[in-house]
Amino acid sequence: MSSIDLTQFQATFFAESREGLDAMEAGLLALEAGTANGETINTIFRAAHSIKGGSATFGFRAIAETTHLLETLLDQVRGGQRAVDAETSDALLIAVDVLRGLLDRVEAGDSNTQGDASLNARLEQLLLPAATAATKKTAATVQPNPLGWQIRFFPQPGMYATGNDPLRILRELAALGDCNTCCDVSALPALHDLDAAQAYLGWNIELRGDISRAAISEVFAWVEDECALEIVALIPPVVAIDPIVAAVADAPIAATSAVAAHDHGDSSIRVAVAKVDALINLVGELVITQAMLRQQSAHLDPGAHDLLLVGLTQLDRNTRDLQEAVMSVRMLPVEFVFSRFPRLVRDLGARLGKKVRLRTSGEGTELDKGVIERIIDPLTHLVRNAVDHGLETPDKRLAAGKDAIGTITLSASHQGGHIIIDVVDDGRGLDRQRILAKAAERGLPVSDTMSDNEVWKLIFHPGLSTADSVTDVSGRGVGMDVVKQNIAALSGEVDIESQVGVGMRVRIKLPLTLAILDGMSVAVGGEIFILPLSYVIESLLPGTDDIKRIAAESRMLRVRDEYLPLMAMADLYHIPPATTAERSTSVVVVVESEGRKLALEVDELVGQQQVVVKSIESNYRRIHGVSGATILGDGRVALIVDVGGLSRSLIRAA
Amino acid sequence: MSTETLRSIDSSAARGTRPEVANEFLTFILGGEEYGVDILKVQEIRGYDTVTRIPDAPDFVKGVINLRGTIVPVIDLRLKFRLSDVRYDEFTVMIIINVARRVIGIVVDAVSDVVSLTAEQVRPAPEIGATVDTQFLTGIGTLDERMLILIDIERLVGSAEFGLVAVTAH
Amino acid sequence: MSAVRILAVDDSASMRQMVAFALRAAGFDVAEAEDGKIALDKARNDRFNCVVTDVNMPNMDGISLIRELRQLPDYRYTPMLMLTTEAGLDKKQEGKAAGATGWIVKPFDPEQLVATIRKVMG
Repeated sequence: MSSIDLTQFQATFFAESREGLDAMEAGLLALEAGTANGETINTIFRAAHSIKGGSATFGFRAIAETTHLLETLLDQVRGGQRAVDAETSDALLIAVDVLRGLLDRVEAGDSNTQGDASLNARLEQLLLPAATAATKKTAATVQPNPLGWQIRFFPQPGMYATGNDPLRILRELAALGDCNTCCDVSALPALHDLDAAQAYLGWNIELRGDISRAAISEVFAWVEDECALEIVALIPPVVAIDPIVAAVADAPIAATSAVAAHDHGDSSIRVAVAKVDALINLVGELVITQAMLRQQSAHLDPGAHDLLLVGLTQLDRNTRDLQEAVMSVRMLPVEFVFSRFPRLVRDLGARLGKKVRLRTSGEGTELDKGVIERIIDPLTHLVRNAVDHGLETPDKRLAAGKDAIGTITLSASHQGGHIIIDVVDDGRGLDRQRILAKAAERGLPVSDTMSDNEVWKLIFHPGLSTADSVTDVSGRGVGMDVVKQNIAALSGEVDIESQVGVGMRVRIKLPLTLAILDGMSVAVGGEIFILPLSYVIESLLPGTDDIKRIAAESRMLRVRDEYLPLMAMADLYHIPPATTAERSTSVVVVVESEGRKLALEVDELVGQQQVVVKSIESNYRRIHGVSGATILGDGRVALIVDVGGLSRSLIRAA
Repeated sequence: MSTETLRSIDSSAARGTRPEVANEFLTFILGGEEYGVDILKVQEIRGYDTVTRIPDAPDFVKGVINLRGTIVPVIDLRLKFRLSDVRYDEFTVMIIINVARRVIGIVVDAVSDVVSLTAEQVRPAPEIGATVDTQFLTGIGTLDERMLILIDIERLVGSAEFGLVAVTAH
Repeated sequence: MSAVRILAVDDSASMRQMVAFALRAAGFDVAEAEDGKIALDKARNDRFNCVVTDVNMPNMDGISLIRELRQLPDYRYTPMLMLTTEAGLDKKQEGKAAGATGWIVKPFDPEQLVATIRKVMG
């Protein structure tokens, strides 16, 4: 084993190999779908080749073995000796999965990782018919080495042009045993005809020692084709003598594959996520400090401190710019999430006997990394649902006059301060009656007069799966309710639109980032709360006649021609009133979430500011009605209102 | 051997120490009694300052504070242990504890000092008459004339009664 | 005497880093490139005493690189080694035809690599 420690390079190898496997998978899918170009197979081959080389070097045998088989297969494809049929494609895709698993296990330190025997056997099977007999070298009969060898070594004139130096070769020979060298100058021309770059000398060497022929051949391995070479045993113990005659190396130069215009794109560096997070934290602190400075300087006399105030305004701008720049570091294109779906849709469709094509748009739309990580599960569930329950089987589709191949479209876009992600399918749509029936069965309050929208919302109730049979794919107790919870946890919203026989659209609305938000600070009973601006519609001072008392505990507020539920935040958060101010002089902030408007009564509006969102859950726990906390300019903690959560719980309570 | 003593020997064995070697405790006063917690779990000590209230929290959860950018919940142990005479004055102190991957602050009457106790100086807590449920105690430490009630702060903080474990969805 | 400068070319970052590390530890000066094109550029702008290159790389593979390098007057006689996992004869022949000095078969022990370079550089 090497005395050089290779483990430090392993992390890079694992990361690279994973990327390589992703590239392989994408390439294989493209080949299947017929959207591959000439470069695709090369990319796939190179990926396998790299992984094989690295895994062999680092001693990861199981991975090396499997990748070697893969590489051989792919080489044949690349060389046109093998077409990628369904069976091959399948085997290759499974190989990708197996390799991913192996990589994980090896990385986790499982040094005894065994390859997947059935996969290897399958790959070997595929290789059999087209395989040129890769016969192993027959073991050389073990002969005792002769006393020595007589070697004739006559380089061709052009040997130097390959960077080979006869002197080096002679030295190597000398290291094997006792050398008696005689130089053959017969080919040496007259001085004025001498070309210093050409080799004219030859040597006859008597090499004595217990040296095998193989050891000598190895010394000449690189230059076999560039010299005349004879190796004769001095006292042959066994009769066979084979002089190695120089073959005139005139190998046709195989046409190299056209180098596709493969743009590597901008240069980039890998950065550990922890470093980025630390950076964002620091910038967050800066935002808080800057807010504090702004607050402290608010009452300064501009005349006396104009330079200071100018400086602080500048600081404000700088901080904002820095913050945007830093936040964008964590932004990743939603492509990261979308990229896993082609494979999923393909496999699922095959398993369920449905023909599916996946379309995506807006892959470049960027999302915060944290949001991306948490959107994967809900999106996966929605896509599975669409394939499983949404899309009909090909014959049913044809009978309905639709294309036998169902289409699922994933799209992402920016709208306002949000990201909109849509999962659309052209399947059968939601069955209103079925849902109502199921809901009634479960004892939920439903009526036939409910709007479509309200009916669709019912499917977010736990336990309300209207599937005929629970396929192991999506009906396994992980339901739409969990999807909704996950998205709500991201301060997002889910909305459904559906039309029977036409299809369904699930729309997810997410905040651009979890870490910073624009908020309106309000005072409630001596405490400060933050209302995320993205939910705030307006604020107003209601007149007493605008407030109607419906029941003992319920009030409504008239805003133009609407009546909205009116809640005092002090009541919602159980805060004893700090002042004895009359309710009628309170300020109302109208917020909207999931299509429902709510009027919140507060003591006063304090201001508007960007706040850094801090977690309460990490040290405490999730608090109902609170989505996080922030630190104000004066160092105090303010709670951030979970508008969506409040709105939902009020509906439940109603 | 009682389970309490076994446990304290176990924990010192877990720390890789021999029984003769001492463990250090931060001692503090609560309702006239002296208590101690493992110094390794103590992050810092602060004065009691303005706390932001949390809605719907049990009375002993006073709220949260800003600890250099992290939101830290503040638990008043005197209220948790139902002690009378709870004051918030210039001696009131908050001990910032780091346990079970959480940072929390606990409010006490006053902090005393840091003491070293060997395993021999720790006895099992008696079953009756303790303000704190004995399952949360690692034992009673004796040092000269002082009797120190040693709290297993990790266990206490993690217990359901402490209220930090999230209530499942309503 | 100034250090021997080696150009290490491989699209796999982990292999490249490992090769560079091993050679630097042995006292060689090493520059890296992730494909043939970049390597060719570097070779033009700088002077290397030896080139170690992988064969399969995007933009320009190792064999093409060697072929291109041999056209440059400074590199006509420079030792150039291919790093290859292919035990097949054709790649080696192709490489030699393009002007490669020799090859090193992957997987290799870093010490093997160093020993080979030492031999080649005399």
